[in-house]
Amino acid sequence: MAEIRVEHLHKAFHGFVAVQNSNFVIEDRTFFVMLGPSGCGKTTTLRMIAGLELPTSGRILLDGADVTFKRASERDIAFVFQLFALYPHMNVRRNIGFPLVSTGMKRAEVKARVEEAARILRITDLLDRPVSGLSSGDRQRVALGRAIVRRPMAFMMDEPLGALDSEMRDVMCGELRGLHDRLKATTVYVTHDQTEAMSLGDKIAVMSHGVIEQWGTPREVYDRPASVFVADFIGSPPMNLLTFHDGLQPGRGSVRVGEADIGIPAPREAVTKRDLILGVRPEHVRLSDAARLRGEVFGTEYLGTTQIVTVTTPHGVTRARLAANVKVSIGEAVGLEFRPDRISVFDAASGQAIRTALHDHPHPMEHAHV
Amino acid sequence: MSDVHAPRPFSEPSPLARRLAAAAVVLYAVIAILPLLWIGATAFKSQADAIAYPPKILFTPTLEGFVDLFTVQTHQSHDFIAKLPPPATWWEKIARDRDMVIAGPSRVVERFLNSLIIGFGSTILATFLGTLAAYGFSRFRVPLADDLMFFILSTRMMPPIAVAVPIYMMYRWLGLYDTRIGMILLYTAVNVSLAVWLLKGFIDEIPREYEEAALVDGYTRLQAFRKVVLPQAVTGIAATAIFCLIFSWNEYAFNLLLTSSEAQTMPPFIPFIIGEGGQNWPAVAAGTTLFLLPIVVFTIALRKHLLRGITFGAVRK
Ligand SMILES: Nc1ncnc2c1ncn2[C@@H]1O[C@H](COP(=O)(O)OP(=O)(O)OP(=O)(O)O)[C@@H](O)[C@H]1O
Ligand SMILES: [Mg+2]
Repeated sequence: MAEIRVEHLHKAFHGFVAVQNSNFVIEDRTFFVMLGPSGCGKTTTLRMIAGLELPTSGRILLDGADVTFKRASERDIAFVFQLFALYPHMNVRRNIGFPLVSTGMKRAEVKARVEEAARILRITDLLDRPVSGLSSGDRQRVALGRAIVRRPMAFMMDEPLGALDSEMRDVMCGELRGLHDRLKATTVYVTHDQTEAMSLGDKIAVMSHGVIEQWGTPREVYDRPASVFVADFIGSPPMNLLTFHDGLQPGRGSVRVGEADIGIPAPREAVTKRDLILGVRPEHVRLSDAARLRGEVFGTEYLGTTQIVTVTTPHGVTRARLAANVKVSIGEAVGLEFRPDRISVFDAASGQAIRTALHDHPHPMEHAHV
Repeated sequence: MSDVHAPRPFSEPSPLARRLAAAAVVLYAVIAILPLLWIGATAFKSQADAIAYPPKILFTPTLEGFVDLFTVQTHQSHDFIAKLPPPATWWEKIARDRDMVIAGPSRVVERFLNSLIIGFGSTILATFLGTLAAYGFSRFRVPLADDLMFFILSTRMMPPIAVAVPIYMMYRWLGLYDTRIGMILLYTAVNVSLAVWLLKGFIDEIPREYEEAALVDGYTRLQAFRKVVLPQAVTGIAATAIFCLIFSWNEYAFNLLLTSSEAQTMPPFIPFIIGEGGQNWPAVAAGTTLFLLPIVVFTIALRKHLLRGITFGAVRK
């Protein structure tokens, strides 16, 4: 079991920067998820931690020891590949036992360890089957078996559920989390699926174009996005982003968006007049006839218990998650009201969040969550 | 191999169509194999039967052809043979029955051994070098990789015999003329380009993740190559080996030019069988049959791999 520390990690492929100055700490026993769109450098980061790729610069520390330039085989990290990479010329038992054979372990012990791993994953009956005939869920379990059998310091998983259909993915998602809760091994898990990331991760790092935009608990990332990218990437539908032009003063808990004064958490820094972006989650938007921020209903999407109402305003499209029984008709003029304590403000030029009362406590929403 | 089979786009052929198709295939196979059967049959005919007209399909088999192939004989008068002690072996008896006396073994065994050593030696060497080179080209960033691959291929573009004279002079100078090692090196050089190209295709098809999985599982790159890449490349290696063997086994021109006695293989030797025995067709046929056997055995032994391999990885995954 180990803590993984990544410092100023940088990777360029022939001039193309895949990972840029990454810094994060994965505490021991954490399930750490790296989330980001395709091509943002998740796999590359994971491969550098595992030793399959050498960084251009930066350091990787495993339990305090610098392993940046150590061979993959010397790092004691297990890797689960997206397409499982089960050796087709070996049966399930030999696949799972393969990492142990390299250590020169006695046959009887290999057998015992393989059977233990198989028991944990409930694939004991598959042990003597060839891997070629297995269903994708079972392949996934064999790949996990090959990873856990060694009891490594950490697990790296590169979109391990990517090859499964959605039903199997839900099942395996639960199994993975259960497995982690039992083994408590540090796990780095790569995905581009935010639902997976939210439900699995103790911590999430959101990546974009080789840059880690934010890392923290799923709740932090969701409630206090550090950048416009994170606000827009996480959540379905994502955070509403309204552009406006104003300044911020620490004493003033509101901003002027067009004609409307909108309450925000008290700013903790002063910002001169400039282009700003106001971010609000759809569940924190209400329709109110009295509100000064006006818009026109563009469409509704019925989701059973709730509905998503899309409203066009002069400052951008806003979606509201409303109770399903609220009556709205397309084309109707409505006023929009936001829950002031949950609003984020971003600098439009840099895309970074501006410090407000929202950021005061490490986990301000933990109890206030509705 | 895919786990999912696409539905058949066409309806099943009718039983009649199937039988017709099978008949056509059998007919073609018979036509194709007839010359081989004819050679095989001739090897067991007497000289008279071999040139009988109309050709004999039913005949009394005899080992005369093989005895003639494996021995040097002289013709003697009936009286002389009568005075000799009775033949000690069955092959001597076969010779005596035709007024011949065995003077000693022919050189066919040496030639055959040469063919085996040079053929398999160069095949093993070319496949071995080809596998390593192909792995390197496939997995590592080799400077000027594309140009090097083209250069390797270009050595195959010119008919090898076009450089026969320079090679002849080089071999004389290097002392490789008429040596087995010289022939092995030459055939290896010719085959290795083919081997690299074929094998690179196969190895490219093997996902890198397998090796990487082995690397994180505690194996060195060499171990990963041996335990993970090689077992998955056997199909390609077998197909490549067969191509290499077929070339070096059948090669005639270089061997004729670069050997005189020590390192001669079967192809240039077979015509001499005709010359020595004065159109001894059963002996020629016996030599040809013998010559065909190893390649038949080798191909049959590897055919399981060959069927998949010849499609050049198209059916993998
Ligand atoms: N070996 C390589 N050579 C050149 N470019 C590479 C190499 N590996 C990755 N890249 C590039 O680096 C970028 C990041 O790749 P990476 O595989 O880490 O993305 P990812 O976040 O895992 O994406 P995905 O979700 O598609 O797997 C991509 O643009 C990719 O094209
Ligand atoms: Mg990836």
